[in-house]
Amino acid sequence: MQVLLVITGSILTVAVLGLLYRIITLVGIAKGDSQKRVGTSNKINAFLFPLVLLVGLGATAWYSGIAKEYFLPEASSIHGVKTDELFWLTMSVIGVAFLLTHLLLFFFPLIYQYNEKRKANFYAHNDKLELVWTAIPAMVMTVLVIYGWQLWSDITAPAAEDAVKVEIMGKQFAWELRYPGADKELGAYDVKYVDGINSMGIDFNDAQAMDDFTYREIVIPKGREVELRIRALDVIHSVFMPHFRVKMDAVPGMPTRFKFTPTKTTAEMRAELGNDKFNYELACTEICGKGHFGMRKIIKVVEPAEYESWVAEQTAWSKQNADYMSSTWAEKHAKTKLAKK
Amino acid sequence: MSSVVQENMHHAHAAHDEHEHHGNFLTNYIFSLDHKVIGKQFLFTGMFWALIGGGLSLIFRLQLGFPEADLTWLKPILGGWITEAGKLDQEFYLAAVTMHGTIMVFFVLTAGLSGTFSNFLIPLQIGARDMASGFMNMLSYWFFFISSVIMFISLFLETGPAGGGWVIYPPLSALPQAIPGSGMGMTLWLVSMVFFIASSLIGGINYISTVINLRTAGMSFSKLPLTIWAFFITAIIGLLSFPVLFAAALLLVFDRSFGTSFYLSDIYVAGELLQHSGGSPILFQHLFWFLGHPEVYIVLLPALGLTSEVISTNSRKPIFGYRAMIGSMLGIAFLSFIVWAHHMFVSGMNPFLGSVFMFLTLIIAVPSAVKAFNYITTMFKGNLVFTPAMLFSIGLVSLFISGGLTGIILGNSALDIQLHDTYFVVAHFHLVMGSASFFGMMAGVYHWFPKMFGRMMNEKLGYVHFWFTFIGAYLVFFPMHYVGIAGFPRRYYSYTNFDFTQSFTDLNMFISAAAIFTVSAQLLFMFNFIFSIFKGKKAPLNPWNSTTLEWTTPRVPGHGNWPGALPVVYRWPYDYSKPGSEEDGHSDFIPQDVPHSATPASNLEGEKSLIGKEAELQALAAEIYKNEDHH
Repeated sequence: MQVLLVITGSILTVAVLGLLYRIITLVGIAKGDSQKRVGTSNKINAFLFPLVLLVGLGATAWYSGIAKEYFLPEASSIHGVKTDELFWLTMSVIGVAFLLTHLLLFFFPLIYQYNEKRKANFYAHNDKLELVWTAIPAMVMTVLVIYGWQLWSDITAPAAEDAVKVEIMGKQFAWELRYPGADKELGAYDVKYVDGINSMGIDFNDAQAMDDFTYREIVIPKGREVELRIRALDVIHSVFMPHFRVKMDAVPGMPTRFKFTPTKTTAEMRAELGNDKFNYELACTEICGKGHFGMRKIIKVVEPAEYESWVAEQTAWSKQNADYMSSTWAEKHAKTKLAKK
Repeated sequence: MSSVVQENMHHAHAAHDEHEHHGNFLTNYIFSLDHKVIGKQFLFTGMFWALIGGGLSLIFRLQLGFPEADLTWLKPILGGWITEAGKLDQEFYLAAVTMHGTIMVFFVLTAGLSGTFSNFLIPLQIGARDMASGFMNMLSYWFFFISSVIMFISLFLETGPAGGGWVIYPPLSALPQAIPGSGMGMTLWLVSMVFFIASSLIGGINYISTVINLRTAGMSFSKLPLTIWAFFITAIIGLLSFPVLFAAALLLVFDRSFGTSFYLSDIYVAGELLQHSGGSPILFQHLFWFLGHPEVYIVLLPALGLTSEVISTNSRKPIFGYRAMIGSMLGIAFLSFIVWAHHMFVSGMNPFLGSVFMFLTLIIAVPSAVKAFNYITTMFKGNLVFTPAMLFSIGLVSLFISGGLTGIILGNSALDIQLHDTYFVVAHFHLVMGSASFFGMMAGVYHWFPKMFGRMMNEKLGYVHFWFTFIGAYLVFFPMHYVGIAGFPRRYYSYTNFDFTQSFTDLNMFISAAAIFTVSAQLLFMFNFIFSIFKGKKAPLNPWNSTTLEWTTPRVPGHGNWPGALPVVYRWPYDYSKPGSEEDGHSDFIPQDVPHSATPASNLEGEKSLIGKEAELQALAAEIYKNEDHH
């Protein structure tokens, strides 16, 4: 029944369009459109361009006012504040370029619409003009490139020695985290050690791994440089921490890094936004399969002192999984030693 | 110059004159060697794909705009892809996104655009009987056809078509364990693309050799219409970049089927450690984007070429800065090969590379800006006739500027960190590459329809189609900037899992409604197109008062394009509103085949000396005609 309705509807629509088509054509012939170069439509089209532009600009201005409140709040990292500045600077530059070009592009149709009595200006080239509008964008680009390049170099520079290290591993469809223990260094890992219990493949042949601990959330201190050590277990994922303006792919077989310094604790953000349920979040931004849209982690930014005491409270993974260590890893240690001999 | 042309024309393959060919239906319309028929075949196939690609976008826009909606009514079309609860299957969502991208980029905007207009216009605008190799030209279409069939079949697999994004990054695309679309769907995707690449290469070689060898007497490179320059440069870009995609795909096939490790290393998936080791997923990204970025210009340049022609003709003015236009196209073509890694700023590649590619990427803004300014200046003090093609061309310039400008933000690696893979990127490339190229294609169809089918399309319907599509495209893609600035990642099935993506539900609904509206408006075009083929007003010989050679052919050019000798070209293609043209007996345009000796009043200073060379060109043309195979 539905199918029949759809078919009937389609046929009727086409029939109506066909009729319309014929009528337009016949009216056109009756009015002698074909003798004239342009008809009334030319005026209407000429007029619509500036009209559409003005309405569009108005709507954009109006909606931008509303949309602003849905944008992310001010960046909560040092570099984020700077890239935001560059973003809005670039936005204003391109905004001006957009306005200038579009005012010309959309008002020329109105001003220079066809007029039988007029002849167009045979104006084919002007090298000076070409030079000017090559040079101006080139100069603007140079400024933006230098600005951006400086920020980029700072952001991607190696992290400080004493940066707080956090390892984050993406897998379908979750993130896992590992923190260094008292030695402040993460131990080695290898995908071949991954099993049902040691889900991150921590390599306990490395003594530095013994005090590493895992946790369900990202906990980092405010005001200290944090280095994310990023990797993936199966396919490419991407670490996106929107409030910190942080993004870096997690690639199987190729560990990546990103360093940043958080500037506001979760509590401070809650107060600032007046939202006591606010949480910093981490999302995946590289398509990774069915559960791509649900790979969420909560990030807790705390005061440095709170961070230290939290670290002190944690139990090393190797201690939490003593059984596993004594069974599986005892064997592996033995094998490694054999192999070394 | 002329001696080169002469040399080449001597060796031209058997050309034909007005003599009618009495082939049967199969040889005339299916396995045709005629460039005009092949061009139309590309156009029809491209339109078919555009409907599928557009339809897919509506399906995932329904999901994004109305996540609560009951989609059971789609079951007759999508079957098992609609779950028991009436929701879109999550993996099918990804497959729809993937196929939408693949179809639109390759099948619609590459084959549908380049394939149609390069084939149709190159011989007509350079004054050739046909392509350099009619057989290869036919082969090019049929490879594309096979490719289309395979890709189409993949839509109906039980495990679904490829679902890892149109960029098919491994390991996701290599591991069926990770996503079912990477099983048979991905295999068919790769096989289909191999045929597609072969088709593009065969076509491209043909376009290039035709432009170089088969230009008619007098048609030097400096007299070529900008359309031909655009097709020529596009074909060269394709020839240099598509083989790299082929290599990338081939290595992926090896990794998938033969256990090699080009892209795979250290993978533990579905409870199992894989034996692949030492490969690099980043390698694939480099190879992919080495094609992928030039591909943007493969899609865009033909559209810009078509638009140059349409804007100049309908402004009744020469295109402003003809040489600057060619120069900027060459500049863009060259730069397009050295900016690919701006897609990979946060892929984990060396940050120093990021700096280099940021620098190179932002340079490309300069020739692009030159093009935009030249278009605008062409309209300045013109006498604008708003045909539907002209409207779409102005629309293209607008979309090209809006989308191009946000490229300045995304090309800046420091800013790309936040915006990469968010809706800001989706907004950017749908405006500058998707919509702009689509508008160029529409401009092309409206403008050259009379030459293709000998009839006129209905202008009024064309106007309505343009305004609906133009406003619609902006309503769909402009709001996506806001969504992107708010940090919404792309390729998300729903935004309910995160606090920071709780906003903009109404805006997403709005975008989806606008998308439905815009896609529906295309049915208006489809109707106008099909109906006009049969019922359109018969076209005059030169409906737009245009200077280029295709309008010197009969209303419906036969095989060989010109009855009798090929036209001789004396002047560039942009003599519109030349002072003195009326005294010479022309209205506001002088076609390319009018000698300067016939237009004493309008000749410019430098052109008077050209009169002396006309006899030489005519002798050359006569000799060429004599040497043609008249049977």
